[in-house]
Amino acid sequence: MTPLVQLGRPDRTPKTMVTLTIDGQAVTVPEGTTIINACESLGITVPTLCYLETLRPVNVCRLCVVEVEGARVLAPACSRAVEPGMQVQTQSARVKHSRKLVLELLASSVDLSTTPGMSDLLEEYDCSPERYGPPEPPHAPGTRDAHIPGHHQPPNVAYAARVAQPTKVDNDLYIRDYGKCVLCYKCVEACGPDHQNTFAIAVAGRGFDARISTELAVPLPQSACVYCGNCIAVCPTGALMAKDEYDMRAAGTWHEEAQQVTDTICPYCGVGCTLTLHVQDDIIVKSTSPLENSITLGNLCIKGRFGWRFVQGPNPVASTGVSGRG
Amino acid sequence: MFGAGGGTNSYEEVEDADVVFLWGSNAREAHPIWFHHLLKGIRHNDTRLYVMDPRRTSSAKWADVWLGLRVGSDIALANAIAHEIIAAGLTHPGFIANATEGFDAYKAAVQAYSPEAVEETTGIPADVIREAAHAFATAKRAMICWTLGITEHHNAVDNVLSLINLCLLTGQVGRWGAGCNPLRGQNNVQGGGDMGAIPNKLPGFQDIEQDPEARERIGKLWGVEIQPTYGKNLTQMLHAMEHGDMKGLFVIGENPVQSDADGNRVERILNGLEHLVVQEIFLTKTAQLADVVFPAAATWCEGDGTVTNSERRVQRVRKARSAPEGARDELWIISELARRLGHDWTTPTAEEVWNEFRVAAPAFAGGMSYARLEELGGIQWPCPDESHPGTPFLHERLWQQPRVGRAAPFSIAQNEAPSERRDATYPYLLTTGRRLESYNTGVQTSGYRSPLHWGESLDISPEDARALQIVDGDIVRISSRRGTVLAPAFIDKALREKLLFMTLHFPDEVSTNVLTTDVFDPKSGTSEFKACAVRVDRATAAELAERAELVERGALQHAEHQ
Amino acid sequence: MDIKLLDATPTAVERAAVDAVLGAPTNAWDGGARGSARDAHTAPGGKSVRDRRHELIPALHALQGRVGWISEGGLGYVCERLGVPPADAWGVATFYALFATTPRPQRVLHVCDDVGCRNRGTREIEHALESACGRSVREAPAGSQVVLDERDGAWMHSPCLGLCDAAPAALLTIAGETPVERLLGHVTPQQAVGLVTGSDSAPADSHVPELPQHGDPSLVLLKRCGVVDPTSLEAYRTAGGFTALAKARAMGAEAVIAEVSAAKLVGRGGAAFPTGRKWEAVRTQAASPHYLVCNADESEPGTFKDRVLLTQDPFALVESLMIASFATGASRAFVYIRAEYPLAADRMANAIQQTRDAGLFAAGFDIEIRRGAGAYICGEETALFESIEGKRGEPRSKPPFPVEVGLFGKPTVVNNVETLLNVLPIVLEGGARYASTGSGNSTGTRLFCLSGAVARPGVYEVPMGTNLRDLLAMAGTDSVSAILLGGAAGTFLRADEIDLPLTLEASRAANTTLGSGVVMVFADHADLRDVVLRIAGFFRDESCGQCVPCRVGTVRQEEALHRIVKGATLGGTGRELALLEEVGVAMRDASICGLGQTAYSAVESAIKRLRLFEVVS
Repeated sequence: MTPLVQLGRPDRTPKTMVTLTIDGQAVTVPEGTTIINACESLGITVPTLCYLETLRPVNVCRLCVVEVEGARVLAPACSRAVEPGMQVQTQSARVKHSRKLVLELLASSVDLSTTPGMSDLLEEYDCSPERYGPPEPPHAPGTRDAHIPGHHQPPNVAYAARVAQPTKVDNDLYIRDYGKCVLCYKCVEACGPDHQNTFAIAVAGRGFDARISTELAVPLPQSACVYCGNCIAVCPTGALMAKDEYDMRAAGTWHEEAQQVTDTICPYCGVGCTLTLHVQDDIIVKSTSPLENSITLGNLCIKGRFGWRFVQGPNPVASTGVSGRG
Repeated sequence: MFGAGGGTNSYEEVEDADVVFLWGSNAREAHPIWFHHLLKGIRHNDTRLYVMDPRRTSSAKWADVWLGLRVGSDIALANAIAHEIIAAGLTHPGFIANATEGFDAYKAAVQAYSPEAVEETTGIPADVIREAAHAFATAKRAMICWTLGITEHHNAVDNVLSLINLCLLTGQVGRWGAGCNPLRGQNNVQGGGDMGAIPNKLPGFQDIEQDPEARERIGKLWGVEIQPTYGKNLTQMLHAMEHGDMKGLFVIGENPVQSDADGNRVERILNGLEHLVVQEIFLTKTAQLADVVFPAAATWCEGDGTVTNSERRVQRVRKARSAPEGARDELWIISELARRLGHDWTTPTAEEVWNEFRVAAPAFAGGMSYARLEELGGIQWPCPDESHPGTPFLHERLWQQPRVGRAAPFSIAQNEAPSERRDATYPYLLTTGRRLESYNTGVQTSGYRSPLHWGESLDISPEDARALQIVDGDIVRISSRRGTVLAPAFIDKALREKLLFMTLHFPDEVSTNVLTTDVFDPKSGTSEFKACAVRVDRATAAELAERAELVERGALQHAEHQ
Repeated sequence: MDIKLLDATPTAVERAAVDAVLGAPTNAWDGGARGSARDAHTAPGGKSVRDRRHELIPALHALQGRVGWISEGGLGYVCERLGVPPADAWGVATFYALFATTPRPQRVLHVCDDVGCRNRGTREIEHALESACGRSVREAPAGSQVVLDERDGAWMHSPCLGLCDAAPAALLTIAGETPVERLLGHVTPQQAVGLVTGSDSAPADSHVPELPQHGDPSLVLLKRCGVVDPTSLEAYRTAGGFTALAKARAMGAEAVIAEVSAAKLVGRGGAAFPTGRKWEAVRTQAASPHYLVCNADESEPGTFKDRVLLTQDPFALVESLMIASFATGASRAFVYIRAEYPLAADRMANAIQQTRDAGLFAAGFDIEIRRGAGAYICGEETALFESIEGKRGEPRSKPPFPVEVGLFGKPTVVNNVETLLNVLPIVLEGGARYASTGSGNSTGTRLFCLSGAVARPGVYEVPMGTNLRDLLAMAGTDSVSAILLGGAAGTFLRADEIDLPLTLEASRAANTTLGSGVVMVFADHADLRDVVLRIAGFFRDESCGQCVPCRVGTVRQEEALHRIVKGATLGGTGRELALLEEVGVAMRDASICGLGQTAYSAVESAIKRLRLFEVVS
């Protein structure tokens, strides 16, 4: 009697190993490894905004570019696979120049004030985003959603164009502040093919007018959104934020340094998703899940992400809950 | 399955399955993160999904083929699939011979269920049944996953057995990516069973009647003599209470008044008890009937312990915040109760309780120390010793030659229509289920607000709505042989004529379970929530006025969305 | 998929237009009527529906062509039919310039204001249109919705329409039961007004292009243009058509590739990759099927050679596609034609149909036309794949290269129209003979698109290695101030730099590029700063927006140039030029695709070669 296929888990570990050199150090990694992962194994940190280990790399932010000897242009470390004999420079002048420019181009067009680690990066790469001109005033609500693709808007020489616009607050669970959006595509990937497959949002428009949008830019309650918040979980800039956190930040009561995080298991269905509860002053203020958790890969459903409020009642500051034990 | 009370496979394995039968489950809404794993298979590995569900649910919309069977015709469909697999010569004779018993009788029993013969019973065209049968039998790896659409029937156990038969027939079990998996509806349903909180099992699914060695050993450990007979399941308990054979009840974290079928009857029974104790985190409808309420901490975030999920993974829950004033840790409550009943257990920590369980069920959980659970992020049972990595899939032994352990038996299951028939007075069939944003009786999910909280509705097909001359939002009266409720109608293309759908998520607004029947499966004790005959009428002017008044008073908090 | 559809319903007209492309619904679950017993109990779905995603853009074209815009109801219906989530479809619809997602009049005139036309009559057209018909659609305030009577016409600006040989050019689109699309040259202001107001009926655009070398016996690629009836299979056969195909089949796939390699043929679309190597790489791929894609999305400003070939010699392209497919084992070929070339698409469709009907296709082989929808970026091969697959035209990261992972994830050969046509002489005469024309590794003849300040604009075919000075003489130039060589992605040359042999080697040595064969000549009086601003605007408009260096860099580049030209610099021209250089280098080094990598190229040459923005001390 033979089974149709082997009994155990299919072995997918690559058999071939590849040796390359990164910043002068030789490293041997399995075939198919990306440069960024090879760098990691050497303890070399490569900055990135759009890469996350749980998402298919989209290599759009270009912050992770590295120099591969012999290549005409720089390579995105997040998606380029290693090749035997590859000579990689992560700190060459070309690399530093492009990273600096990417950071400046973003910082001059996007509000990066809630992007973790950004101020350090801007300093490290000696960025002066202000040299592109004074910041353009915020766009009126909806105007960026209405730009016609390929049709020229002549630049206003008085300003450096920005994506600034009012925050979209259209439900009790999370907000969308697209003035902070670097268009890293992570939310689209998480909502779409990589995890949730709800496809409530996509990139619309093109060029500098490209933006994350629901169909016809309708408010979330009219969209396909199921409020899993998996977009919030992957957003690198705080453009997507739970309404609680948004309200607490506005009230000046959000104190991340004073928050304890504890892993437990979601109290709802039997899947057993790990919830990381962020607790401030004995009040749960946020729920996430670890990216490395094999069950969730950092994802939750609406209940795990937002459904914990019943144990404590409305957040005294955010006050978006309706009932609880208090 | 075959003696182990849990699903056979890990979530991850569904990503590698070539064919998945999702049977009586709307996992897209009820188990969203498990569904992510299925989606990985669908999108990246070309997993073919077949969804068996009377409604074209959001899960069914992902299916390569939706098999919209009639409510309660699951066994007819499963047997017809078996019939076709046998007729087409697609069984796995080697596996059948090595690992199973009772094939000949089974083969004879499914003889009557040709795809054509069940077309009328199931509603499914024979060609669709055939295609599904071939896909399942010829897949390298095929899996059947189910939920309450299978188990909330008066013949729930037979339903389950009819599905297991398909896996045995084709050797789709005991391998990575092949097997049969019930998706647990509640956070620790699996863990409750693991721990022995079911009337016929001791910790680790050691049988009370059939395993005297375990009874003896555990009795010694606990310092008591364990009765050699099964206890009562919930349905039997209600029956006993109804007939005065049981006079007191201790309810921990359940809301049977609203969650059980025929809610009016449950309330009547509980009211007739001599003594009712409810341990709860909320003053639920059930708690309101209690003589004594123990306010409890919400252990999942206000205490420590373990739960077990649907892939048999034992996971740690941890205290993240303090319980509200007056609420006590559940271990404290039980220990204190014991002390006042004359047994000083001290107050053990959760870890001490767990370690005692490991001693009671060594083959099952002996290797799962808290330290290892921490280190490995949970462990899948069985895990007999501290060098064991846990068990991603069960029953590999069935492929060993000679086979290890006892044979897996084919079970003969005959189709039986739902207990309640539609007739001229009650011409519709109501089936019940869950929605994404809500949970059970809404005790927990009423704590947050979202655009998805629409409140309860009667979901009805466009055809029936037209016949009744109702539009979205019209208030209708739904009546069964047991009770009546009012609810707004919602026209849903996922339903066909004469099939209605409701949930139990908003019992304070629409007590759906006054409609459902308490006819139950004698083997599992589960009531037939999935099928009851009802009638639908437009609400009368008086009823509308009464409802308007409730809305006015704010008693129907979701009515504004309707 | 459990997609949530839009509430709006399609009109009967929209439904019919979509069904005409997708076929009628087959059941209640893909847009058909409810009621059958079968539909009540079963539904197909899953992969069989998801696999139709590639029909999205044709379906959107059907709506655009029928009603002049993509309404909520129409979009929703397409989503229902194809199982595409509405947000996703919205992302696609809003990517392409020729799809309108807000109501637009049925009659729209797209007036080219790109580098080839803007100083050759466009200004006069704009003035006439503005006074007679009001402002262009794009100048409506962003976010506002101009409500227009659908009987009205409107006009908008357009990037290069590929009709620089007949500047000024315009594209007329009239939505309706039989959509009208006409690419018009030598448009007069009066005619433009008549077309927008509807007082002039749409003229045919079957005008014969300028063929300055007509009748020249040395022509190889252009020899049938203007000579052989491009609408007749018989005429093509009489002119020797399909003999190369017969010979190729007799030779076998490997021998064909050997000849192409021996010919040293390289791609004519701009990247100059050896064609034989590409073909061999696909032929030997184990994965199946293999695809052949003909890139006819000729959108590089100043380029119009493919338009001439497609409209004047479509059967030759069909034959070339058949040979290339045979050689590479491709079972299906796609021809991606830019939407601005309606006649080219019609002529190709006719040629494919006649060839198919004549039974000349190998069993199981077919050629399909896909039309762009107004996006320069789709000329980038991987963006083109995305577009065929029904997605936004966003380039992919390479590697993996198309020969391994291309269209629908399968091994794919992508060749430009001109490249493919070279296969016919190679097969007929042999690679060695072919390679004897030209110079060094730059073999064969090459098509150049001459436009601007020349007496005889048009497509010229000359042997590789011909001197630019001689080519200019053929077209007739008077006063030359600058030449744009290679298109917007190419470089400017000064008048004193025209002594340049047109080879890959020489152009590379001169730090320029032949690109797509653009030779646009600017006269002494030309406002070159305006041309540079237009090029900067072009890249800003045509950037897909995916990667930061290009998305924001093209904006910053345009802003800096405008500041210089308007005298509003931040700290002086020198500082602005330094900033441009910094941004330009980052765009070249760090952008995903060729668009961003070349977005600074022409600007850089304007700064460094033409010294257009000298620091005034």
